Order: sequence, then C-alpha cells, then structure tokens
Amino acid sequence: MQRIGVFVCHCGTNIAGTVDVKAVAEALRYEPGVVISTEYQYMCSQAGQDMIHEAIRENNLTGIVVCSCSPRMHEATFRKTAQSAGLNPYMVEIANIREQCSWVHKDMEIGTEKAIILGRAAIAKVNLNAPLTPGETPVTKRALVIGGGIAGIQTALDIADAGFPVDIVETKPTIGGKMAQLDKTFPTLDCAACILTPKMVEAAQHENIRILSYSEVQDIKGFVGNFTVQIKKKARYVKEDICTGCGLCTEKCPQKKVPNEFNLEMDNRRAIYIPFAQAVPKVATIDPNYCTMLKTGKCGVCAKVCTAKAIDYTQKDEIMEEKYGAIVAATGFNPISMKPFDEYAYSQSKDVITSLEFERLMNAAGPTGGKLLRPSDGKHPHTIVFVQCVGSRCSAHASKGKEYCSKICCMYTAKHAMLTRDKYPDTDVYVFYIDVRTPGKNFDEFYRRAVEEYGVHYVKGMVGKVSPEGDKLMVQASDLLADKQLHIEADLVVLAAAIEPDMSARPLATMLTASMDTNDFFTEAHPKLRPVESPTAGVFLSGACQGPKDIPETVSQAGAAAAKVIGLLAKDKLKGNPCVAGSDEWMCNGCSSCERVCPYGAITYVTKEFRMPDRTTALRRVAQVNEAVCQGCGACTVACPSGAMDLKGFASSQIMAEVDAICK
Amino acid sequence: MQKVTREILLAKAAELLAAGTVNRVLGWKAGEFTYDVTPALFTTAAELEKDFVYGPFSGANFSKYLVKETRRDEGKVLVFLKPCDTYSFNQLLTEHRFDRERVYAVGIPCDGMADIQRIKDQAGDGVSGVECDGDNLIVHTLYDGDKTLAMADCLAERCVNCKSKKHVAYDELIGETGDVIDSHRFDEVEKLEKMTEDERFAFWQNELSRCIRCNACRDVCPACTCEKCVFGNPNSGVENKAISDSFEEKMFHVIRAFHVAGRCTDCGECSRVCPQNIPLHLLNRKFIRDIDNFYDEYQAGAEVGQRAPLVNYKQEDLEPSEAVERSGNNA
Amino acid sequence: MQMTEFKPKIVAFCCNWCSYAGADLAGNNRLNYPAEVKIIRVPCSCRVNPMFILRAFQRGADGVILCGCHPGDCHYTSGNYYTRRRMALLFSMLNFLGIEKERTRVEWVSAAEGAKFAATMNDFVAQITALGENKRLEDLRCKK
Repeated sequence: MQRIGVFVCHCGTNIAGTVDVKAVAEALRYEPGVVISTEYQYMCSQAGQDMIHEAIRENNLTGIVVCSCSPRMHEATFRKTAQSAGLNPYMVEIANIREQCSWVHKDMEIGTEKAIILGRAAIAKVNLNAPLTPGETPVTKRALVIGGGIAGIQTALDIADAGFPVDIVETKPTIGGKMAQLDKTFPTLDCAACILTPKMVEAAQHENIRILSYSEVQDIKGFVGNFTVQIKKKARYVKEDICTGCGLCTEKCPQKKVPNEFNLEMDNRRAIYIPFAQAVPKVATIDPNYCTMLKTGKCGVCAKVCTAKAIDYTQKDEIMEEKYGAIVAATGFNPISMKPFDEYAYSQSKDVITSLEFERLMNAAGPTGGKLLRPSDGKHPHTIVFVQCVGSRCSAHASKGKEYCSKICCMYTAKHAMLTRDKYPDTDVYVFYIDVRTPGKNFDEFYRRAVEEYGVHYVKGMVGKVSPEGDKLMVQASDLLADKQLHIEADLVVLAAAIEPDMSARPLATMLTASMDTNDFFTEAHPKLRPVESPTAGVFLSGACQGPKDIPETVSQAGAAAAKVIGLLAKDKLKGNPCVAGSDEWMCNGCSSCERVCPYGAITYVTKEFRMPDRTTALRRVAQVNEAVCQGCGACTVACPSGAMDLKGFASSQIMAEVDAICK
Repeated sequence: MQKVTREILLAKAAELLAAGTVNRVLGWKAGEFTYDVTPALFTTAAELEKDFVYGPFSGANFSKYLVKETRRDEGKVLVFLKPCDTYSFNQLLTEHRFDRERVYAVGIPCDGMADIQRIKDQAGDGVSGVECDGDNLIVHTLYDGDKTLAMADCLAERCVNCKSKKHVAYDELIGETGDVIDSHRFDEVEKLEKMTEDERFAFWQNELSRCIRCNACRDVCPACTCEKCVFGNPNSGVENKAISDSFEEKMFHVIRAFHVAGRCTDCGECSRVCPQNIPLHLLNRKFIRDIDNFYDEYQAGAEVGQRAPLVNYKQEDLEPSEAVERSGNNA
Repeated sequence: MQMTEFKPKIVAFCCNWCSYAGADLAGNNRLNYPAEVKIIRVPCSCRVNPMFILRAFQRGADGVILCGCHPGDCHYTSGNYYTRRRMALLFSMLNFLGIEKERTRVEWVSAAEGAKFAATMNDFVAQITALGENKRLEDLRCKK
C-alpha cells in the first residue's frame, strides 16, 4: 500500500475563489492510501515546496498528489520537490483543479465537488504508480541548422564558437537568405550586405562549420541527441571544390534569358550563374531547366572557358546520411503572392511592386544599379505610394491574406520612404497605413524622423483601388483622419506584402514531428518561457520560421537557439522520458501489430526460448521496446490484442483506476 | 469436382507418414456421436485407420492448432485445410504465430459442412447418428426411426454463405481449388442495420443474455491465439468471469470482436461452437463490412504479410462522427 | 416521486499535447463548461483503449468523449490516425448493438482551441443530458 500525501493549493484566490480547498483536503484525507492531506496558499512557492518536502520526510510518503494548476505548469516543479525529498519524481500526480476546475466553474459547491473527484482520480492513479528511472542515451555532439539566412548563420556561428561542429543546409546555391537581398537596414540605415557578408565569410571559414549549399533535407529519423538525417546535395554540375568563382562562365554562357530570382525576376541571368557577387560558397551553379547542354547535349561553352576544369555535366544528386544531436529550423519566410490582390493592379502594371522588389531597385547591386527607376519605362518616379498591411491583419473570414501582423512592414516602409526622400528630394512619398507599429529600440524615433524630417506623407487609411491609366497609376484611397477620399496620380506603387513561412517548413515539420500553428509557423514549446524550442525535444527554432521577425530580433533568437543547442550538446548523456512502452514477454504473441503502429520504429522482435506452463520449452517471437527511441505515445498498447504492451506512467490499470474514480 | 472421402485422406496421410514428409497428422476423430467430431492428433497409420473420420461434421478449422503443434515437436505436421481454413492459416502466418516450415498443408475441396442444429430442427429430438448418402443425410433417431434429409437443407450458415472455395495456401491440393464467391454473407448484418436502435438493442440483449461465458468462441477462434487472453488476466481490468449482469457479456463480445477486427477471416467457428447458438459471427461480419465500407475492401488472410486495417491508416480516412451513418446503421 | 435534475457523468480523455492544453486554455480564458466533464490526461488519443471506454460506461458514465490533436498534427505524427480508425469502428459497433450513437464522440481540439474545447463540452453535456441516463451499457453492480 502506498503512503500518499495530498497537497491542495489555494493559488491565492485562483483556486480558493471557487473551490473550498479546506473541504477538498478534508474529503481526500480518507481516500485509500492517503496518510496526510493539507492545503496551502501557494504550493509552488518555496514555502509550499518546503512543506511538501518535509511532509514526505516526516510521513515516509511513497507518493504525493498535488491538487493545483495544470501539470503542464508545475508538474516538473513538484517532481523536483519530491526528488529533493528522496521520493521518485514519478510518484507525483497532479490534479488539475485550476485550469480545468476553478477557472471554468463559477459555483463554489460544484467546483468543490469536482475538485474532490479530480483529487480522487489522481490518488487512484498514484496508488498504482511505480518509481520510474529514465534511461540514458549518448549525445551526438554535432548540430544541423536548416536554412542559411541570417538566422541560420548566426545560430551556426554561435554553436561553432562554442566548439561544436555544425552543418548548415541551404536549398539555394548560396547562404545569405533574405537579408542578402536587402538594401539598407532599419533603424540605423547601415547597408545589409556590409553587415551580413562578413558573417557569411566567417561561417564559410569557420573550422567547425560546414556549409551544404544547394542541398535539401530529405528524411529525419531518430530523437533528441541521436538524429539521423538524409541530405540531398543537388547536382550543380560544377565541382564545388575546384571552381574558383572567377565568373567567366557566367559571362560567356549563351543562354541569357533566365529570370534572375535574386533580383525577383526584374532582370535576367545566365543558365550558369553565381547568385550575387558575395555569394558563399562562391561557386557557379548550372540551372538544369535552362542549360542547353543539359537539355540538348549541344553547347558546352562553360566547360570550354573554365580554366579550372570545374564543369561536370554528368554530376548527379548525391544523398548523404549524417548524424546530429540537435536540429535547428531556420527556414525563414517569403512575401505572400500578390496575385490575389487585384485591387492593387499588381498583375496589370509593372510599376506596382512589392517592398522586396523595391529593396532590389534601391540596391546598388540591383537591376538598376541602385537608381530608383520605374520597371516599366526606366523613368524616375516622382510620386510614390506605399501601401502597408497588404495581406496582413486580414479578417479571419477574408478569402485572402493572413490574420496576423507581419511585424516588419511598418519599419521597412518608413525606411523606404525615408531613403527615397533622402536620395530624391523631388519625389512625393505617401504611406497609407492602418496603424504604425514601432515597438522597438529607436524604432519610433526612426518613424518620426521619416515624417518630421523627411516630409513623408503618412495617411491613415487604406488604398481602395489602383488603376493604371496611361503611364500613371491612379490611386484611390481614404484619409480616415480627414474623412475624405483621396485621388493620387502615382508613378510607382509599393505594396508591403505580408510575409509567410517558407514552403519547405511544413514538410520539414512533418519530418521533425514538430508542431506548427494554423499559419504554418513552427510552434514553440512555450510561448513565453521556451520561445526558441520546439515541443519536439532536440529541435530548436531560429528566426522567422517561428513568427514574423526583424533582423535584431532574429539575431537574438538565433543566439538563444544556439545557447539551447550548446546546452544540449554539452551533455555527454541524455536522460530519456521514462514513460515508455514495455512488453510483457509472457503475454506477447509476437504478432507485429505493435511494430506496425509504432511511428518511431522502437519495436523489434527476438526469438527466445520459454519454459511453458505445461513444462515444455518453446521458442517464441516476442517484442522488445527500445526505450531510447520510444516516445511514449501508447499506440502499441491498443494495437496489442493480448495486453502485453503497456505504457509506464500511463498504464492501463492506472487509467482505468482514474475512470473508476471519476465514475464512482 | 472430386468428392473428398475418408479413404482419399487416409491414403494421403499414410503416404506422407511413410515417406517421412510428416511425422504426425492433425485430423478428425468421432466423439460420442457421429456428429460430435473433434480434432485429434495421429502419429501412425494404424491410429489413423482406427479413429480418423471425415464427413459432413468435419468442420473444425485446424489452423489454430498449428500454433501449439509447431512448437511441440521436431518434424512436420500434416494438416488438412478447407478453403476457409486457408485464410486463417495465412492470417496466423502474417502474425508470425507458427513456423511454416513445420507444416505440410494439404488443401481439400469443400461443399459445405452440416449443422447438427438444423438437422435436429428437421428430424426432431433424439438424433443418435447421421450418415452420408450421396447428396442426402440419413438421420437415425431414437424415437422416430431413420429420416432422409437433403444435405443442402442441413448446411451450416457459414457454408450456405460460403465466401470462397479458393485455397489461398497449401503445399499440395487434393482435387481442384475453386473461386472466391460473391456471397450473401452480409445480408443478415444489413437486416440488423436497418432495424431501429431500440430493435437492435432488443435483438442483441436477447441474444447476448444467453451467453454463459463458457469461452468456447474464444477458445476455438483462430484469431484468438493470445498467449494470455485479456479476459483471463487479472491486470487487464476486464477479467470478469461471473455472469451476473448484462453488461458483462456485451463487454466480452464487443472487446473480443474488436480484438479480432481486421484479423478475423470470417471462418465462422465462433458461431459453430456456441452452445447457446448466439450468432456471434454477425459481430465479426459487421466489423468486416464496416472496414470494407470505411476503408478499402479487405479480406484477412487473403495474402501473407497484409497490413491489417486497424494497424493502418490514410490521411483522408473518415471521421468517427461519420462512422455510424456511413456504416448503414439506422440511427 | 420527485425527479431530481439529471446530472450526467462524462469522461473526457484528452491527449497531453493538444486537447489537454486546449482545456487548459479554456481555463486560462475562463470559458465555462459544465462540471460534469472530468478530464483524464493521456499522452495521445491513441493510448485510449476501447476497454477504457466500455469500463467508463460500466462504472456509470453517461457519455465518453475522446479529444486529440487534429489529424496531421499529432505530436507523435500518426497516433490520432489510428484513433480515428479504432473509434470509427468501435462507435459503429456499439451502435450496431443498439447503444445510442450520441453517447460517444471524438473531437479534434488543438492547444489553441480553448474556445472549441469549451463549446464542445457544452454541446456534449447538453446532448447527453437530453439523452438521459446510460441504461444500455450499465452494470447494475456498479450502481450506487
């Protein structure tokens, strides 16, 4: 028989307001196994924990039930308390009488009655608890960062500086990500390339960093500390280790009509290309969709001009398998497609552009050499209208757009407006906004400078329609503060498109068994307290794949994710979750049902000799669970017809005891 | 089609024993009455000659016996399999329940087996023996002399609704194998589905309340080969043997049917052996019909290595909330 | 005899990662639902054995609801897909035996759907209250 202590928490008035905690403690005192039952104002406080600690010691308790907030909140706290008092931490059960009782019921009598029943169920369960000891598994001291934007680069650098090897997998031919495409960065207006490219070079030269560019993650198996990842290195038809990046091939390639994605297809590149001058690795890549040699077998110009003999048309995709202890998702974001936003005439006029396209137009390395020229006729625009929140903060019922705020648009639009006015004081710049959100260090000052010093016309209101007329764009908008309709004859309209997670995030989440929210952003383990960890152990989040973020925030989160990874990799061994499945060999039929439902491949079979009840011996095939691989879902326990498979911590007998207690 | 007779099977068994292909034979042996045929193990030709029987009551499915039999001894065991038995045979192989190398399976054609209850219904009380005479059965009765019944009128329900004359596994075949049959085996299930909830409840209350928890259905079922049955395990939480309330038998039969769902080949042994004549096969057929309806058509045991529907899924599977409606239940 | 108001007993199995968190969120947001609902935490909806459901009815539950992550969002990737098949077949079978189909339910509730959790429980309790006491799967020995 267990010796159980029951501890009922008031949680100030959070629980005590609707639950008579004294009555609960009193009622539970007479449940089977209970030797002490008491209440206290804040069980999770040091004083509360000390009280539990002492009660365990004094009464030789073998199990405790804490009637308090959700186990998701303080189960870990009370397990530690139990452990400090010499009790196995898995002899603790929580009755959730706050979130699932006092907070959802208003009547004291009803709340008290339910709290007693929840307490009884927890007591019934703890009566059947057994001490559990977590297994230990070794840690592969190596990290994988998926995505080579500023988030991935920063995470990789921080991990590498701590002495652990890191691989960066990037699908594009170069690392750098979105930041490489930007012109200047707010709020300091330093050029993006000037602060990013040194980091790219540092990553490339770091002894602990290996960059796998033009590569994709194909499959992920394993678990925290022990991931096995399949990476596809796509054929770039150029030998990476030989190419010097001289760029001669990219000048001589006769296929000149390939839309240049780096400049958002506003100009063309060759079929063999280096995305931009500071690309890392600085090696050419042949685009198989456009290369005449690869398509028809006739050309070979690049091979002829290459003095290093780096061109290899026979190159094939290569699959490599690597082991990692931790994985960081840093897959970033993309602006949403503007195609559904017909009201802004994005598809009809070349002079309606997105903000990212605007960045390229302003960039000295961009298609116009940094001169602000209209894409349609190359003329200098005199009136520019910026539209904010295009596709952001949309109604949940709208047919297009996102519900959330994309967070970065207010600031970059202020930046664009300011830079335009700075370079071209003869332009008229309008910004249409719903709200201007500038909660960052020096952000609001920056925005006010745009308005006050640079004379940008900020108009509260949305643009209703943009219609191309001749070489002008007629912008209809409302000025909500002046309560009037505006008609502006613009030369250029810039849309602050909402941002969304990169398309690769969803399949990656499936491979990682990491959860995502409805917008396909990765979910963090806790929105406040564990913001850079995924709920899946060993998987960490860096940058905009977790939610819209600007560069400073991305970099700080990247560092935080790196710190978590370092903390993990610094351990030699990991303690596993002891709530794993286990099979009773005597009952096991060896039928493979459990093996078939196990998502982790944790179950294998051995044939063993058994002495049977009739005194004969027999060879029987029986299941064995790899406790380091098992994650404790319990799918096998129900697939097993004989009931040989059970789950520690959530045993069938325990769950049925809870059922019984609740239905009594 | 070649008619299988005792003589043919005896000759085959003797031949395989003599050749050393097998060292024992799973066969049928008469009980107290001729219709009371039970499975038995024979090790010599002489034993076979003395006790081996084959006739309209040799319906027992031997597949399940192979689990223990292949563990028992070195050498191969000879087993005769009717078409329906071969499905159970395959299903057990899929579940790694016996060693295929230790079995020599001889497929035998089958025109259906008799159901003593149907004979008694027609011939009255006091049936003391039954003999085969071509397409007829000669029934000896204690009070009313001999009666002649057409075999066709005495077939067991599972044989009337035979789903397949095809052998899906064997080492050797006597006669020829047949085809999968487009049977009417789900008609009865459909009839129940069309009843109202109340009528169905009344129907099953009536049927299941007769259950005496003798466990014969479980013991004979070739899908129930668990090393230890949950209903015999005090830790399972469902080990209740006393038959004191109507909940008990519902629990037992629902759980039993659920445990074999997707694994049951619809061999019909459960209903054959039920001393209370509860139509237990209807529960299994309901599961089979639902599985066919909800997912893809699935015949357990059709092939070795199939993935049973309950350890499988598709992303577009139907929701439990749609199940009752889709299943055809009138509710 | 004066009928006292029927208070159903409802057992709700909630998976730890989505639905239990959804129930917590309902609490955080103070979204009321009837106290008749008692939650049992399981790691995944696929941990719920049909035996637990029958056990609940045997011990006097009037309704059993099983909540898990939305299909595709299972913390263990595929657990709820198995749950979906198991429960579809079990519910159809129980109804085949004449058990009211309203007594059992599966709902997918994510950790973000506190409101859905509360609404689901309100609805389910109303449904069971309208249906009345569980007579068809009761075990008289377990009645008080």
